[in-house]
Amino acid sequence: MSCALLLLLMSLALAMGTGAAVEIQRPRGVPLSKRQFYEENKPFTCLDGSSTIPFDRVNDDYCDCRDGSDEPGTAACPNGSFHCTNAGFRPAFIPSSRINDGICDCCDTTDEYNSGATCQNTCREMGRKERESLQIMAEITKEGFLLKQQLIHEAKRGQEDKQGKLTELQGSKKGLEEKVEALRTVKETAEDPEKEAKERHLKAWEEQKELLRMEKDKTRMAEAFLELDDDADGYVSVAELQSHLELDPDSDGSLSETETQGLLGGADKVDTSTFETVWSGIKDKYLSEVSQGQSEPPAPVETPQEESRDFVSDHDSDHYPEDYAGEEEEDVEDDEEDDHDEEEEEEKVPPTVQTPEKREDDEVSMPPYDTETQSLIDAAQKARDDFDEAERALREVDDQMKNLEKEIGFDFGPSAEFAYLYSQCYELSTSEYIYRLCPFNRVSQKPKFGGSETNLGLWGQWAGPEGNLYSVMKYDHGQGCWQGPNRSTTVKLTCGKETVVTSTSEPSRCEYLMEFTTPAVCQEPASLDEVLHGHTEL
Amino acid sequence: QDSTWVSQLSERLPVHYRVSFPCFGPGLISHLNDLSLLSQDENGVVLSLGADSQWLIVSAKPFRLDIMEGREVLLSLNSRGLLTAKEDGMWEETFKSHTDNKPNGPSSISLDFSLPGVEHVYGIPEHADSLKLKTTDGGDPYRLFNLDVFQYELFNPMALYGAIPVMLSHSAQRTMGIFWLNAAETWVDISSNTAGKTVFGQMLDYVQGSSETPQTDVRWISESGIIDVFIMLGPTPTDVFSQYASLTGTQAFPPLSALAYHQCRWNYNDQEDVAAVDQGFDEHDIPYDFIWLDIEHTDGKRYFTWDPHKFPQPKDMLQGLMDKRRKMVTIVDPHIKVDSSYKIHNEIRSKGFYVKNKDGGDYEGWCWPGNSGYPDFTNPEMRAWWASMFAYDQYEGSMENMYTWNDMNEPSVFNGPEVTMHKDALHGNWENRDLHNLYGLYVQMATAEGLIERSGGVERPFVLTRAFFAGSQRYGAVWTGDNTAEWEHLKISIPMCLSLGLVGVSFCGADVGGFFKSPSTELLVRWYQTGAYQPFFRAHAHLDTPRREPWLFGPENTALIREAVRQRYALLPYWYQLFYHAHHSGQPVMRPLWVEYPQDTATFSMDDQFLLGRDLLVHPVTEEGGRGVTAYLPGKGEVWFDVHTFQKHNGAQNLYIPVTISSIPVFQRGGSIIPRKARVRRSSSCMEHDPYTLFVALSPKRFAQGELYIDDGHTFNFDKQKQFIHRRLSFANKALSSRNLAPGSQFITPSWIEKIVILGASKPSKATLKTPDGKENLLEFEFDASMSVLTLRKPGVNAGVDWTVVLQ
Repeated sequence: MSCALLLLLMSLALAMGTGAAVEIQRPRGVPLSKRQFYEENKPFTCLDGSSTIPFDRVNDDYCDCRDGSDEPGTAACPNGSFHCTNAGFRPAFIPSSRINDGICDCCDTTDEYNSGATCQNTCREMGRKERESLQIMAEITKEGFLLKQQLIHEAKRGQEDKQGKLTELQGSKKGLEEKVEALRTVKETAEDPEKEAKERHLKAWEEQKELLRMEKDKTRMAEAFLELDDDADGYVSVAELQSHLELDPDSDGSLSETETQGLLGGADKVDTSTFETVWSGIKDKYLSEVSQGQSEPPAPVETPQEESRDFVSDHDSDHYPEDYAGEEEEDVEDDEEDDHDEEEEEEKVPPTVQTPEKREDDEVSMPPYDTETQSLIDAAQKARDDFDEAERALREVDDQMKNLEKEIGFDFGPSAEFAYLYSQCYELSTSEYIYRLCPFNRVSQKPKFGGSETNLGLWGQWAGPEGNLYSVMKYDHGQGCWQGPNRSTTVKLTCGKETVVTSTSEPSRCEYLMEFTTPAVCQEPASLDEVLHGHTEL
Repeated sequence: QDSTWVSQLSERLPVHYRVSFPCFGPGLISHLNDLSLLSQDENGVVLSLGADSQWLIVSAKPFRLDIMEGREVLLSLNSRGLLTAKEDGMWEETFKSHTDNKPNGPSSISLDFSLPGVEHVYGIPEHADSLKLKTTDGGDPYRLFNLDVFQYELFNPMALYGAIPVMLSHSAQRTMGIFWLNAAETWVDISSNTAGKTVFGQMLDYVQGSSETPQTDVRWISESGIIDVFIMLGPTPTDVFSQYASLTGTQAFPPLSALAYHQCRWNYNDQEDVAAVDQGFDEHDIPYDFIWLDIEHTDGKRYFTWDPHKFPQPKDMLQGLMDKRRKMVTIVDPHIKVDSSYKIHNEIRSKGFYVKNKDGGDYEGWCWPGNSGYPDFTNPEMRAWWASMFAYDQYEGSMENMYTWNDMNEPSVFNGPEVTMHKDALHGNWENRDLHNLYGLYVQMATAEGLIERSGGVERPFVLTRAFFAGSQRYGAVWTGDNTAEWEHLKISIPMCLSLGLVGVSFCGADVGGFFKSPSTELLVRWYQTGAYQPFFRAHAHLDTPRREPWLFGPENTALIREAVRQRYALLPYWYQLFYHAHHSGQPVMRPLWVEYPQDTATFSMDDQFLLGRDLLVHPVTEEGGRGVTAYLPGKGEVWFDVHTFQKHNGAQNLYIPVTISSIPVFQRGGSIIPRKARVRRSSSCMEHDPYTLFVALSPKRFAQGELYIDDGHTFNFDKQKQFIHRRLSFANKALSSRNLAPGSQFITPSWIEKIVILGASKPSKATLKTPDGKENLLEFEFDASMSVLTLRKPGVNAGVDWTVVLQ
């Protein structure tokens, strides 16, 4: 390395030695490559051929050529350009308008030869700095490029692994599908006898319940008769029934004599046997005189229960849905939300429906299944469980396959060198915010001192210029701006040994710019000699 | 005096003192010497006004004033008897929880003016309306009340940011002006006896010969004050401009660089952003002189401070700009954050300089910084203190290449009635009600004074203001406020600036590109092309809009914008000369055509094209997808030359010009000479010593005249030490010569005459340059026979000396 530099400096010194002679031989502002067009004492033809002028009109501070070629060293032509040699640094062309404008543009000061501006020749210093930074860059590029090779290698292996896994999963998926179908048949076969046995059992139970209910009704009727028959004459009369306002057929608040008579089937009074028919008409409304004064009807009991539930959820509004969701998810897989939700709801329905039934029928509950039915049920349940488990396993495989396919389908660059960024996140902390870049996923911003995260854009596409597509990532459709567009982020990738977000800014409202270094964009380095040589020619 | 008539009506025994501004303009003294009594009876007097056989007839019952010339009535006051000065009754108005109990009671005044023979009236800015004022019958009157209006509507008489109560009337016979000197809320009603007539009705009148004389009646109403009216009798537009200038002063002569291009945005985020934008202009070879910083540059909207994170080293930034010979403007608004750790606030509070509320406490309102106080700029001591805050050791981080922008000075009060100050707030003894429209003027006045003082009185200031009043022209530039990126807003920028120019304010511009919303690329390009030919040329954009620096729209559009800006820079010598005249004699820079062609009725309502000075006619393309424009070239017997192609067109014709996206139709009047600098550089300062190219456009009689004005471009030395060059350029008898117009002046310039382009010329056999030392040199020339353009090569003579070029 030091050997190469030494050689380079020597060649520079040599060039400088002869440089002075070269300068004299061409008019001010003309590059070496065009020297042959400016021959002293011969008429000058504009480089576009538009006209020919005496040589003393070259650089005479008046623009004669349409293309500005007669005034390479003055500001006379609006479209001219001036060549600075910049010995020790890089030669450059500047617009003619910058000649003698009082601002030092060429590091060799040659552009300000008549403006009074005091310019320092900084070419050597700039050359040195550039060489230094080029050297540093070259080293970074070199190391970065090695890392990139590794990344490519890993990505290739990773890709193969994934492909293999996918094939494997495809195989097991087929097996699982068959298994699911087989178990479905088993399940359905077991469920038919179960259903029959359960229906049988239920029917028997319903019949029994009906008998019990009729008996209870009779008892209630007898009690009611006794209660109504105030004078214990064995008849319920119009007057005795009239105190039961709840029986008022037109609900106008008063039970008239005619109305009461109607209730009694047109009679003034009825005996026990006739009361049976009257009872069937009033039993739904009838309130026992004993219970009326004591306990509340059962309906209002539910109200406070609901209220208290709301009350709780109000207070824990932040945690409630999360915990709730979390508990549910423990039993099921994470993905495919839609399907799962439906099933969960179905599973939840039976208990809530059963509760009021139980209450209505008081303490009387269905008797246990007989052993035969129970064994059928157990068999069916087992078949169902087996089926569910197989189906779950199939879904799991499906999900894995989808994720793999998605990952394999991503454009991770020509050699998949960006694959390692997938499912990673990189953060940068500024004075106010923490910025987070999750490549191929999203960009976000979170205030350091409280406040919620803002989505600055979701993965869109590679957006570099033609020929360098993989130098820029675009994330868009982020959170909307007030009166403005949705937030978006442009991520500029530069070569670096490390993978790190180096800066963020918001050049335009809600349009963010992020700089990101990664070895994955490091290009194969040209040899250092080549780099340096290319920039120091005279 | 000079055909200006002052009518000041004071009441006897007023209920309270009314505000009046004695001797408002520089050196206005009422000369009543010329008045002589001609006749008198018990009901009135007839007075001679001196010159031009003008009479004033004063009638007592009913009160009425008639100004006559010969047998013709020029103008009548109170002919409709609408004179009022209300003193009776008291009432209150309530805004939210605030009650304005009007301690002085109703105090409104009103007066009507009749203008026989007048069908066109102009002025009374600021309104987003056509140049020719409309009649207000059946609608709202034009309102003058400085307000911070959010997204203003076009073609609406609603009040905007500024108010200049000056109206011009014009007919083919005479131009006159009415200056209603009152800074309270003012309304102007306009009616006309011809406006409502159909074309058929007018024709019928004509055929029957029975038409009544056209007449415009104007009624002025103000909420308080006295009736203090100046009548400017003209008779020419030029006369009216000088008469008005004698009352309120002339346009401040800006530093030359302020006439160049300004790059603004709410906001350039930090020093790096500023450096990057500056670099962008160089990379794309687009000139600019000023980059602007809006409110976000401050530390929490505390003006005179810098955000310590975004702008930690303001002097480094300013030095970086200075190294490129460029400049910066920072915003300093008049609302002051109420914050006991803020020096500016503490000083204003302790000195008692804040505007007070009706209970005597400091008036406070909401603005950008939150709770804010409003300094009482009507107080001369407050203004002197404010000015001292611009000293380099007070405004930390400021440097001599940093200038100032006063925004929100209506004043804007977010939680006030109509987003402004409560009318019963107190400026000393005066209610805001009485002088509301003056607040913004005083803010700019104090700021401009600060910039002058900080340089020891040497440097000319540059201050932009949003609010203004009659006289604001003396302190800097105004812009048309928060416009919108729409084609109609581009179009309205022309009549809005023309109206301001007519009443003294020449340094006017609209936000290029439109402030609110985002312009289409085509609109942005067209706006640059239009703005390049309007006096104040600044691009600006709202915080929430996407970036729109000129190079962000692809190379073709960058090139179009570059070309428009370069045209501006090349023409800067002419702009500078026009501003010198505006400063010197009050003639507007941007003019409606009728000002130069007062008898050509076809021009009276024109506001889609305009003149710069006398000699350039601009008809910008302001239609979306425009394929052509029809420009009216005035002046029968005159000729106009397309400045791009040099093609000659005859005057008094409607000329259809096919246009492309690169077209900016501009014409030079035959008979004029316009100096340009063809070497456009990255800032106007870089072009200071560059040579001139003279464009001589010959009249049909082969005559032309123009001027060349040169000074140092930034100090008052042109005024105080007569350090300037002012030359008369004239072409006659086949000779072009330069003669000194200001023998008492002296200035040395290294600039020389690079090229002379003569349009409408014939081919000479030789061209000889004669210089004062007796030398004669033959000049080479080129002649383009197809366009009759003669180009003289490199006269090389210094721009400050006498010379003659003779063509043979």
